[in-house]
Amino acid sequence: MSEKPHIDIDKVADLARIALTDAEKEKFSSQLDSILGYIDKLNELDTGHVEPTAHPHSIENVWREDRTEAELPTSEALKNAPKQRQNMFVVPKVVE
Amino acid sequence: MSQDLHYKSAAALASLLDSKEISSVELTQAIIDRTQAVDDRVNAFNSFDAEDALSQATQSDERRSQGGALGPLDGIPVGIKDVLAVKGQPLTCSSKILENFVSPYDATCIENLKRSGAVLWGRLNMDEFAMGSSTENSATKTTSNPWNLDCVPGGSSGGSAAAVSAGEAPIALGSDTGGSIRQPASHCGVVGLKPTYGRVSRYGLAAFASSLDQVGPMGRTVQDVAELLQAISGYDRRDSTSYKIDVPDFPGAIERLKGKKWIFGLPKEYFAQAGSAAPLAAVEEAIAYYRSIGCEFKEISLPHTEYAVATYYIVATAEASSNLARYDGIRYTHRAEAFDGKDSVDIYHQSRAEGFGEEVKRRVILGTYVLSSGYYDAYYLKAQKTRTLIRQDFENAFQEVDAILAPTSPNPAFKKGTHTEDPLSMYLSDIYTISANLAGIPGLSVPCGYADGLPVGLQIIGKPFHEEDLVAIGHTFESAHSYCDEHPDL
Amino acid sequence: MEYEAVIGLEVHVQIKTESKIFSGSRAGYGYEPNELVDPVVMGLPGSLPVMNKAALDGIIKAGLALNCDIPDTCKWDRKNYFYPDSPNNYQITQYDQPICDGGFVEIELEGETRAVMGEHRKVALTRIHLENDVGKLNHFSEDSLVDYNRAFTPLMEIVSEPDMHSGEEAFAFLTAIRQTMIYCGVSDCDMEKGQMRADANISVRPVGQKELGAKIELKNLNSITGVKNGIEYEIKRQTQELKKGRTITQATWRWDADQGRTELMREKEDAHDYRYFPDPDLMPVRIDDEWRNWIRAEIPELPFDKQRRFMDEYALPYTITSVLVPDRVLSDFFETAAKQAPQSAQALGNYVTNDLLRELSESSQSLADCRITPDHLLSLVAAVEKGTITKQIAKDVFVEMFNSGELAEAVIDRKGLKPDFDEDQVKVWCQEAIDENPRPIEDFKSGNEKALNALLGQVMKKSRGKANPQAVNPMLRSLLS
Repeated sequence: MSEKPHIDIDKVADLARIALTDAEKEKFSSQLDSILGYIDKLNELDTGHVEPTAHPHSIENVWREDRTEAELPTSEALKNAPKQRQNMFVVPKVVE
Repeated sequence: MSQDLHYKSAAALASLLDSKEISSVELTQAIIDRTQAVDDRVNAFNSFDAEDALSQATQSDERRSQGGALGPLDGIPVGIKDVLAVKGQPLTCSSKILENFVSPYDATCIENLKRSGAVLWGRLNMDEFAMGSSTENSATKTTSNPWNLDCVPGGSSGGSAAAVSAGEAPIALGSDTGGSIRQPASHCGVVGLKPTYGRVSRYGLAAFASSLDQVGPMGRTVQDVAELLQAISGYDRRDSTSYKIDVPDFPGAIERLKGKKWIFGLPKEYFAQAGSAAPLAAVEEAIAYYRSIGCEFKEISLPHTEYAVATYYIVATAEASSNLARYDGIRYTHRAEAFDGKDSVDIYHQSRAEGFGEEVKRRVILGTYVLSSGYYDAYYLKAQKTRTLIRQDFENAFQEVDAILAPTSPNPAFKKGTHTEDPLSMYLSDIYTISANLAGIPGLSVPCGYADGLPVGLQIIGKPFHEEDLVAIGHTFESAHSYCDEHPDL
Repeated sequence: MEYEAVIGLEVHVQIKTESKIFSGSRAGYGYEPNELVDPVVMGLPGSLPVMNKAALDGIIKAGLALNCDIPDTCKWDRKNYFYPDSPNNYQITQYDQPICDGGFVEIELEGETRAVMGEHRKVALTRIHLENDVGKLNHFSEDSLVDYNRAFTPLMEIVSEPDMHSGEEAFAFLTAIRQTMIYCGVSDCDMEKGQMRADANISVRPVGQKELGAKIELKNLNSITGVKNGIEYEIKRQTQELKKGRTITQATWRWDADQGRTELMREKEDAHDYRYFPDPDLMPVRIDDEWRNWIRAEIPELPFDKQRRFMDEYALPYTITSVLVPDRVLSDFFETAAKQAPQSAQALGNYVTNDLLRELSESSQSLADCRITPDHLLSLVAAVEKGTITKQIAKDVFVEMFNSGELAEAVIDRKGLKPDFDEDQVKVWCQEAIDENPRPIEDFKSGNEKALNALLGQVMKKSRGKANPQAVNPMLRSLLS
């Protein structure tokens, strides 16, 4: 990370599936670059032998037994749908 | 009588209910009246359903008249941050993308609260998806600080803090990912507690950053906050990260730990460079008080403090970028108009562009970037490792001290619009609160004075699952001062 | 130039559980759309996953049965990508610490004929990991409809090394996995219900070349035969392209079973950036020996082991074992009987694989539903061995047993199938047959042993099939000598 960090805003916005206006792109690019510049201070730290923390507490084997519980009624599940038909969610035709 | 009710503590209201001097319906009506009188200025609520609240109050009164009151919260209105799922109520997270969403289920803490008989009261404003420190990032409205309507209430639980401060709710629930309970509590002159990670179930809390988020209580007294914490705490089999550990009697800690000579740590990194001298002065006075009653102080070092903000903004945004991916215009969120037809343009890009506000977009993009191919090790993995160092700083400190005292925020509430164009400066104002989230430990903010005429808070950071210490320590200070009886002029 | 194909398979298998992998919603097939959903399955705000222990048990069992290492710890990661069938727009999966490492699948290739056991070999596995299944998209001309019933069904992904070379090997690989999973009770592997799905990575290179050719990912292989045909077609296509001097570019193709050909889906594999990171909502899993051993003890004898043992212990011919063994219930049924009459194992095997299967199929019954028990088979075999009835009559007795549920003796008594004549009478019939058939006798006397069969047939006819050929044969010989 020796060179100045820079976000490829088009690529990242596409990965995040957010359409940005040109003005937003310009604004975010410079703001995020300055945030990344700040974040770069982490490289002052030698973390070669440090274990990463993924969870605040290290607990393991948290599970439930294989028992069923009541589902949501289909009508409740569909209640907030922007568009529905035949008890399913309508989406634009998916082309993979 | 009902005129005075809105500034009474929940504990005082509970005894009035117990002695049948008031009914829950009267109390709830008083809160509704107060809200209707001041909320056009405070703007703490995204929405409320007065009729529903009164019907809950009626049920509480019926229970009580049959001798079946459920406990100290039965019949007490509790404000709910608009980030918690309540069955049949809107859950907007102050975002346009969820503007029409009605939750079909209850969060676990809400179920617990219902079991305590509390009256669930309204949907409190917040920064969109809890991302922010001023509640200015709400798509609904901007909440004002009741102490100075030109100032922000802090955030992200700004609606909860403002409502409690303005007498629109005796107590309220907030959520805290990087200071979102403590900082607005400090700015609005109320008490706020972020519990230990795992103490309160996150099931039903719309996630911002899963490894940092905690639901917590806000109120005007430490005892009220302890009472509300009691109601919502406990292991939940629906949250794999909730912790199987006994829940102590939090309000009882006030008596149980009374007079204890605490050993406090003062982290030099937190006192070296305060943004504004005034909050520090109030905190110094609080320290002097504890010293005067025989508590011991040690200067400690949390050497990785200066890396906390950078670490936080990697971890939190990375998790958020994934957590917020579900808001996509398919199942239950806002769908961009163009796609009601058969437009083949990408439904995601447009719905999310329309549905998310600027700060959310910025953070989702940052989080997406730090996880993306080629950058994971440099950012995310690195941040996970510095998180370990920050956690270890606290573990080391707690070898020597019972709790840590510090300012909650480097500055009192600022004027609206101050930081909106400079996100980094806004992020840096979380410096004193963020570390507790990274370490997963509890923190309490109690009012400890004023700076520039605005309230400031003393932050007490405790050992994991030692919230009772925080309650006892906070109450000791509060009971020797009158801050909890001082209210803004509205 | 000669070319060879290198094939790796990614096989998704649903683990059979009552509830879903991360919530209490039922796991099932054939329900009304969006009936099996809850806040977790819908990806609602605030919902959180909690592991289903049975899904972990299932994949550990699968892994042990497929010779994998089960490391002490594994964890959960999020694979981030947007697709309407994915409720959270991330899949909970295992990125760098899968629950099963390495392993291999023993496969059997086709023998020279159906009666001959084919060559066995091991196909190396890379890993098996656990993840959540996604919902189902139903495509219409104008739009698509999403049903999330299938979402969050426990799904394991079995990833092979690029260690196969033909459609036939891929077929054998899937067959072996399917049988093993069914034996272990981990999955029913019904491809029509989507319980098992396969994608193939196929590349072709000149024989002798070390590097792999450009990889074609082949999708939409909806049946085991489809896998075989699709892969064979694709190998042929790529080989022809190379022979024409063209280059193959990495891409995803799909198999069109109706047209019997593959077609291009997408050219550029636009470097998916899944942004894997540890799922903060789920805790890691630690697996100790006690757990491993408990699961290991639950694993039944696996199909190929059973087949080898049946051939060895009961001297069964390969053809019978290759019908019995793929069906665990059927082979257990056989063995219950065979253990009591090991000397008649082959006869028992024949009744099971011929008569029983035929009657089951004709009456559309399952073994569990029908009235035939191992005792029925034993009674039938005993009757034949005692000489009470002939093998020929035994076939009819079997059908009667199947229909009525009576044991063999009861059928024989009821239908009067026991011989109603003595040895002297048989001798009389033999002499009559000799007297009436001079031609075959000539042939027999001039050395044609088979000619005797004609006389035997005559005697059987006179006895209305009840005479015992094993007794008739020597009697004829003695009369003729």
